Amino acid sequence: MIKSQFKSPLFPYLLLLPQLSIVVIFFYWPAAEAIRSSFYLEDPFGFSSTFVGLDNFRDMVSRSDYVATAEFTIIFSVIVTLFSLAIALLLAVTADRVLRGASTYKTLLMWVYAIAPPVAALIGIMMFDTLVGPIARFFQALGWNYQLGTNRFDTAFAMIVISIWKQVPVNFIFFLSGLQGIPKSVQEAAAIDCASSTRRFWTITFPLLAPTGFFLLIINITYSLFDTFGIIDVVLKGEPGNNPVTLVYKVFLDGFRGNDLGGSSAQSVILMILVLILTVFQFRLIERRVHYN
Amino acid sequence: MSSSDLQAPTGTTITAAGAAAVSKKPFAWRQIVDHVVLIAGSLFMLIPVLMAFMTSSHSDITVHTNGLQMTFGGHLAENYHEAMLVPGGFTKTVDGMRMLMNSFILGIGFSVGKIIISMLAAYAIVYFQFRFATLAFWAIFTTLLLPLEVRILPSYEIVQGMGLVNTYTGLIVPLIASATGTFFFRQFFKSVPNELIEAARIDGAGPVKFFIDILVPLSKTMIAAIFIIMFVFGWNQYLWPTIMTTDESFFTLVRGIKQILNVFIGSQIPEYGQAMALAIVAMVPPVLVVVIFQSWFVKGLVESDK
Repeated sequence: MIKSQFKSPLFPYLLLLPQLSIVVIFFYWPAAEAIRSSFYLEDPFGFSSTFVGLDNFRDMVSRSDYVATAEFTIIFSVIVTLFSLAIALLLAVTADRVLRGASTYKTLLMWVYAIAPPVAALIGIMMFDTLVGPIARFFQALGWNYQLGTNRFDTAFAMIVISIWKQVPVNFIFFLSGLQGIPKSVQEAAAIDCASSTRRFWTITFPLLAPTGFFLLIINITYSLFDTFGIIDVVLKGEPGNNPVTLVYKVFLDGFRGNDLGGSSAQSVILMILVLILTVFQFRLIERRVHYN
Repeated sequence: MSSSDLQAPTGTTITAAGAAAVSKKPFAWRQIVDHVVLIAGSLFMLIPVLMAFMTSSHSDITVHTNGLQMTFGGHLAENYHEAMLVPGGFTKTVDGMRMLMNSFILGIGFSVGKIIISMLAAYAIVYFQFRFATLAFWAIFTTLLLPLEVRILPSYEIVQGMGLVNTYTGLIVPLIASATGTFFFRQFFKSVPNELIEAARIDGAGPVKFFIDILVPLSKTMIAAIFIIMFVFGWNQYLWPTIMTTDESFFTLVRGIKQILNVFIGSQIPEYGQAMALAIVAMVPPVLVVVIFQSWFVKGLVESDK
């Protein structure tokens, strides 16, 4: 539908001015700067820089710590995405079904959305603390000598559990609203045709939820890549040492701690490309989702 | 919780078939399992926070010797008093109240700024015919492509070059440089019936009058929903405040988490109670907003897609 519009020579530019100036200064300029400096090598004090072409990228890919970080990021993202989606889906399907206490459950399952990732992580490292944490104590009682912060695997385990805990509410909200969007008539027809609720779920509900699921898949990958920064930083207490980190955390480490501007920018550019691909996917899915409705 | 829980609904039918006594009421068992799943899920979300709160009411020695607590202790007032009113940190100049105030400044400043700026931009894009409309549209919406995290270092250098480090402007304005709000309002404005603008024009209302007298009142619910989302988003910012504020008097509560961590390093017995008290204070405002305005919040979240 085409909107009736006002015609005014200057007014629309005036309206756009605040947003455009912020976007240009704080978005396009830094983004261009990141791309530019990925082709330069800057000395640690920032006095001079030389054009090195793709050297920063070549350097980055050949370094074993970058490859290890990339591998960990993939494992981390896959586990966080799968578990937070699966748990949220189970809870949403169940919450959609119960009659009594549905709104109480809904509130109890979504309020954690409001907790900041680093705050969640602060509580998490207390729960997993080698000395005082009940989870660590429980593992130790089972014979697993759980050591947060000193053992790579144990630290990664805590990061993953905290990241899942923080992400379940978002997925729950979207799945539940997706479920409530399925017309009652479809559900009733399915109930008449098919007695087994399990089969009904996989043949009717699940396919109808697929658009929401795909959309959430992208959201969750983006979350595990970027929004977990605060969780990782707090779990590592700012000192990664021997512990695994994700790619975004490494950009921060190399850029702000290591003063490796070129290397950090090259990593940023790789992440930009990754996000670009994810976003293109996401837009296509949003279009499709709108189509369904 | 694990993925094996996914099997629960499947298992239900087997259990129901197995117990002869239940066969009269085949749905009872399924309902019980449903509630068990939901209660387990609720506890999974609730227990860590409950434990943090309970621990914040105990003395550090109790926590240090007995671990985190699940009961209410007698040191609540003491811990919160120390966390909120006794200056701490490296410089011993910043207390919890100051950080709480900064969090409110960031949360409210960010959401209000974002709403005003993005409403104006969306208004121009949807309701005006002008030469560079398409260009402006794409210039704004491309920002949805790249999160702050991937351009963090140059962003910092630019803001530093403008002398905005350790200012509220430097803290808030760069965060507004994304199009989420504009996207949301554009969608909403497009759904506003065309008759309204035509009627307004016949009555001789200009673009300013139409915006203030018709569009803004119509958008009330949308503004409320987006305010809640943006307030929580702004309040919970961590990376940007971490690099932008080095002066402790500009720390927000979430930024201050890094300082709280220092109580774990060095001192003989870490100040657990105080740390948990600050964590609780840092989560109460956004949690209250989300719980009280739940329906607006869910609407805003689902419709704006973050």
